[in-house]
Amino acid sequence: MTDHAAIAPSEARTLRSYAYDPKFRGIFYQVLTLLIVLVVGWWIFHNTTENLARSGTASGYGFLRGRAGFDIGQSLIAYTSDSTYGRAIVVGFLNTMLVAILGIFTATIIGFIIGLGRLSRNWLVAKLCTLYVEVFRNIPVLLIIFFWYKGVLDSLPQVRDSIALPFNVFLNNRGLAFPNPIWGEGAWVIPVALLVAVVATIVIARWAKQRQAATGKQFHTIWTGAGLVIGLPILAFLIMGAPLTFDSPIAGRFNMTGGARILPEFVALYMALSLYTASFIAEVIRAGIRGVAKGQSEASFALGLHPSHTTRLVVVPQAMRIIIPPLTSQYLNLTKNSSLGVAIGFPELFSTTSTTLNQTGQAVEAISIMLTVYLAISIATSIFMNWFNAKMALVER
Amino acid sequence: MKKTLLSAAIGAAVLGFASAASAATLDNVKSKGFVQCGVNTGLAGFAAPDSAGNWTGFDVDYCKAVAAAVFGDATKVKYTPTTAQSRFTALQSGEVDLLARNTTWTISRDTSLGLNFRYVNYYDGQGFMIPKSLNVKSALELSGAAVCVQSGTTTELNLADYFKSNNLQYNPVVFEKLEEVNAAYQAGRCDVYTTDQSGLYSLRLSLSNPDDHIILPEIISKEPLGPAVRQGDDQWFDIVTWAGYAMVQAEDFGITQKNLDEMKNSTNPDIRRFLGVEKDTKIGTDLGLTNEWAYNIIKNVGNYGEVFERNIGANTPLKIQRGLNALWSKGGLQYAPPVR
Repeated sequence: MTDHAAIAPSEARTLRSYAYDPKFRGIFYQVLTLLIVLVVGWWIFHNTTENLARSGTASGYGFLRGRAGFDIGQSLIAYTSDSTYGRAIVVGFLNTMLVAILGIFTATIIGFIIGLGRLSRNWLVAKLCTLYVEVFRNIPVLLIIFFWYKGVLDSLPQVRDSIALPFNVFLNNRGLAFPNPIWGEGAWVIPVALLVAVVATIVIARWAKQRQAATGKQFHTIWTGAGLVIGLPILAFLIMGAPLTFDSPIAGRFNMTGGARILPEFVALYMALSLYTASFIAEVIRAGIRGVAKGQSEASFALGLHPSHTTRLVVVPQAMRIIIPPLTSQYLNLTKNSSLGVAIGFPELFSTTSTTLNQTGQAVEAISIMLTVYLAISIATSIFMNWFNAKMALVER
Repeated sequence: MKKTLLSAAIGAAVLGFASAASAATLDNVKSKGFVQCGVNTGLAGFAAPDSAGNWTGFDVDYCKAVAAAVFGDATKVKYTPTTAQSRFTALQSGEVDLLARNTTWTISRDTSLGLNFRYVNYYDGQGFMIPKSLNVKSALELSGAAVCVQSGTTTELNLADYFKSNNLQYNPVVFEKLEEVNAAYQAGRCDVYTTDQSGLYSLRLSLSNPDDHIILPEIISKEPLGPAVRQGDDQWFDIVTWAGYAMVQAEDFGITQKNLDEMKNSTNPDIRRFLGVEKDTKIGTDLGLTNEWAYNIIKNVGNYGEVFERNIGANTPLKIQRGLNALWSKGGLQYAPPVR
């Protein structure tokens, strides 16, 4: 600082003195970096548009409104070949989200079980869980996807030899066909009842917690909540006169017709992503639990807490702080790996967008859409997990 | 310091523009010494590597013909296997000099994709293959079937249109790679396989029991398959186009690989001009090649009929009839504009 004070008042700062001023140097390098990034970015943009124009390739996003003309095997929203390219991409996006959300859910559960299992004092359980982790973590996920897909296609019977399961459910190598519920009049009461039950459970849980804090009396929130969440919708269903019919699958000339269907491609991708990511999550969980100092559980036991309470109230809350950040990366990985579904013909975002790319030839636009969507999914997941992390973080007092 | 770096960055950017500007493809091909040809990843009879890794097939011979026209040497080709999805990007980006990959000529590919088509080396149409055991006689009986198809093809679009216009239902089972479509069909994931009929004949051969599968009589589309090049280089477009017409014209003249050198002594001025022996012929040099360009094509590859019979004709496992691909004078569509 003394140097600065000495130099600052004198007006004749030489160029040399700027070069030795750390503050100025810092700003200079940042401005320089920004400029380089901008120039490179502008150059890429300009070069691309220039070359596209010269090659006579159409450009712009107008193609999204054009008629797609191709069909998609699985769609969560109404889609026909008359729909637009934009809608085809949305169909792919929803399929990606479906497999990602279900996959994250399943992978977390399996990961927790395996991670805790590896810490088990039971030798067999611990070794089996270790084996699981080592096998799935060390095989490329694409191979696991193919393994499941081939497994599904080759081990399940042909459509004409379908395995008939109870309740009109049929299993064959075209997937699982099951009765499609058709809700009749008044069915809207059922989700409303479910919502009421959930809200009531939350209210009860708060009340129970306050009462326990005040009086020490415990209340079986879990059982009451479960009763409400299951019981109320059933009650509503019965009161409304069971407004439900089923559209059952029937063996047609080629396929099962009618009913709803889970495609083997979906099952293969979902299973592979869940099992693969679970092996990483298991390690994250194990690391998190190992990261809680042993003294914590010893202190808890010394206070006379039950082992299950020790795990639930002392170890896991502290482990979560270590677990959540790496868990976020695993969730992001799973979402991005879902693009490998294209290899087995699952119509996810990558698949429908690249079909669009090929039919329209608009490579730059289609790829920019994919980049943006994957980036948006990832950033949204990160934001949510960061929020969750902040909530779980140690509150310093 | 700041100024010099910035100007260096701008200079680099300007340099980048200069290098991005495309040079004439013919000069480029000549200077690198080979033709980079985009072909199928493996379609027996059309383009597939043999056990020694040498590419052979109907489309591969097209690449060889272009190399023969440019270099007088059919071996000066390098092959880039392309999927249905990657083929156009490979051509647009300049990764390949031409695409000879059973690609259908459509107006949208000709215009919005920035490609040029003119010569059709195989007139095809889309068909259906189905196991005999299903007892299907016509594509109109296919309602409710699961149909295997390759994504990003005209096949996929025609399929949707055909089933829609005939009020038939179907479940599309779509894969990006040909091998995956084949595997799915073999595993019984779908009932029907649809692609160009020539492709079906080729694929049927690769099944474990080819005789258990039939190809339905319906042809639901026009699929003119031909080589494509990038727009904006007329000279290269002419060379690629006329390499094809030269093979057709040779068959029309009755010039074969065998009688080629005798034909050089022909008194027919058309033939003499074609083979570059007529005095003051400028056909080849006007193309940017030598006047022996057509001679070299026939010498190295043969005429259209020879190429057809060698790769996909009656004496090959594919046993495809000439049909639409016979010469115009024999009731087909293969017709070359006059070489003069």
